[in-house]
Amino acid sequence: MSTDIESPAPAAAVAVTSPDLEPEVSYKAKREAIWRVVVPPFLVGAATIGLWYFISYAILEPKRRFLLQPPHRVWEEGFADSETLSEMFKGLWSSGRVAFWGLLIAIALGFTLAIIMSQAKMLERAFFPYFVMLQAIPILAIVPLIGFWFGYGRSSRIVVCVIIAIFPIIVNTLFGLLSAESGLHDLMTLHGAGRLTRIRKVMFPAALPAIFAGLRISAGLSVIGAIVGDFFFGKGDIGIGQLLKRYVARIEGEKLLAAVILSCVLGVAVFVFFGWLANRVAGKWAPSTRGKK
Amino acid sequence: MTFPDGTRALTNVSFDVARGEFITIVGPSGCGKSTLLKIATGLLEQSSGEVVLESERVGYVFQDATLMPWRTVQRNVELLAELHGIPKAERKDLAKKAIETVRLTGFEKHYPRSLSGGMKMRASLARTLTLSPPLFLFDEPFGAVDEITREHLNEETLRLFEREQFGGLFITHSISEAVFLSTKVLVMSARPGRIVAEFEVPFAYPRSPEIRFDPEFARLSGQISHALRGAHS
Repeated sequence: MSTDIESPAPAAAVAVTSPDLEPEVSYKAKREAIWRVVVPPFLVGAATIGLWYFISYAILEPKRRFLLQPPHRVWEEGFADSETLSEMFKGLWSSGRVAFWGLLIAIALGFTLAIIMSQAKMLERAFFPYFVMLQAIPILAIVPLIGFWFGYGRSSRIVVCVIIAIFPIIVNTLFGLLSAESGLHDLMTLHGAGRLTRIRKVMFPAALPAIFAGLRISAGLSVIGAIVGDFFFGKGDIGIGQLLKRYVARIEGEKLLAAVILSCVLGVAVFVFFGWLANRVAGKWAPSTRGKK
Repeated sequence: MTFPDGTRALTNVSFDVARGEFITIVGPSGCGKSTLLKIATGLLEQSSGEVVLESERVGYVFQDATLMPWRTVQRNVELLAELHGIPKAERKDLAKKAIETVRLTGFEKHYPRSLSGGMKMRASLARTLTLSPPLFLFDEPFGAVDEITREHLNEETLRLFEREQFGGLFITHSISEAVFLSTKVLVMSARPGRIVAEFEVPFAYPRSPEIRFDPEFARLSGQISHALRGAHS
């Protein structure tokens, strides 16, 4: 082609080259990905710690520094001190167990209620408003009641957990169950499938992505529920909420912040776990839950 | 057929579909074609009239593929056999054969989201084929795919019909599709739908794609188009 001077210029030229042929480009892409994916959150983290130091040292005078102890003090008093650390881990373990049972009960109850409501519009209309009301109850207001009914120990903590965590499970599961394509329902009707087959083969699988979206939220909420429950129902083993309360009472700001960070890590861990699980279960076929940029 | 809200969708519609017969109904949108099919399958109950089926096993091909996104092609094709309680080994075998018939071999492990519109439709056809129903109902099945894919799918459908000799009841907007596939084309009027014209298609089976360029094909298409215009006004 290049030797043929007479040939007229093409009106359009389309060329497709495989990116694999140019390793330099892919290396560059990788480096760019690091810049885009790793660096921004790192920068925000560093800036936050910077701001923290700034407030501790530049804004608060030494007398009032206990209001926000600087990061390294939190590290020394909270994480580096083995006694405190083991105390906090014990608390975390106790609260984690409460969160686990609370979530489990919320899942079992939430699924059952959602499945019942999915079976008839009338049932949905009858029950749904009350779940919205349940969701709107300020947990603080019914703490005494829960105490009367379930005592001031672990059962009450679990109850708080369930109340806080159940709503997203009900809503997402119900929404998911009803999201199955009507054509698939027709197909089931045509081939004489019963109610259970329909739930098992059509509605439940169709609901999985929504269910997992709900679980991710509820898992985080159940951790919060466990800590809140701990705050009010401190009988029995000591959860992280009781520790928080104790540190506040003793004005141990460093330990308090360390405990807050640890409970936060627990919340993040369950969130990540359910994200991973969702991907394992439905990642191959479900439409991506995250938008592309 | 009169709906509870008083809409009269169909009136005085009567015809038979025998095995080896492929009948297509063309009509304007909203003339009640889909209502008719739903009545034929029992998805809707007619307000008056009668449907007599030779067998309970009716193949129904939907407007879109209606595959389960969470199942692979193989498992999607197995679905109907599963619903009818056919044992696993047999159902695998049935699905394999059906997948072969629609030429999707090699895609068994793919999920629907990675298939093209035409391939999804073929998977959907394969699913229906597993039951080898004596009657196939098609509810505007190829409306959503592009023209070239549609022609391919038509040829595929024709091949299936020639092979299996089922009774076919096909619903479409497309006149050329109707003529290409059918032994008989029925023209339906706007609501309330009734059959206003009937055309026998003289081409013998097996048909080649070339009949689309036959003058007789054009003449017949013209007549149907004319009848359809009449039905529209």
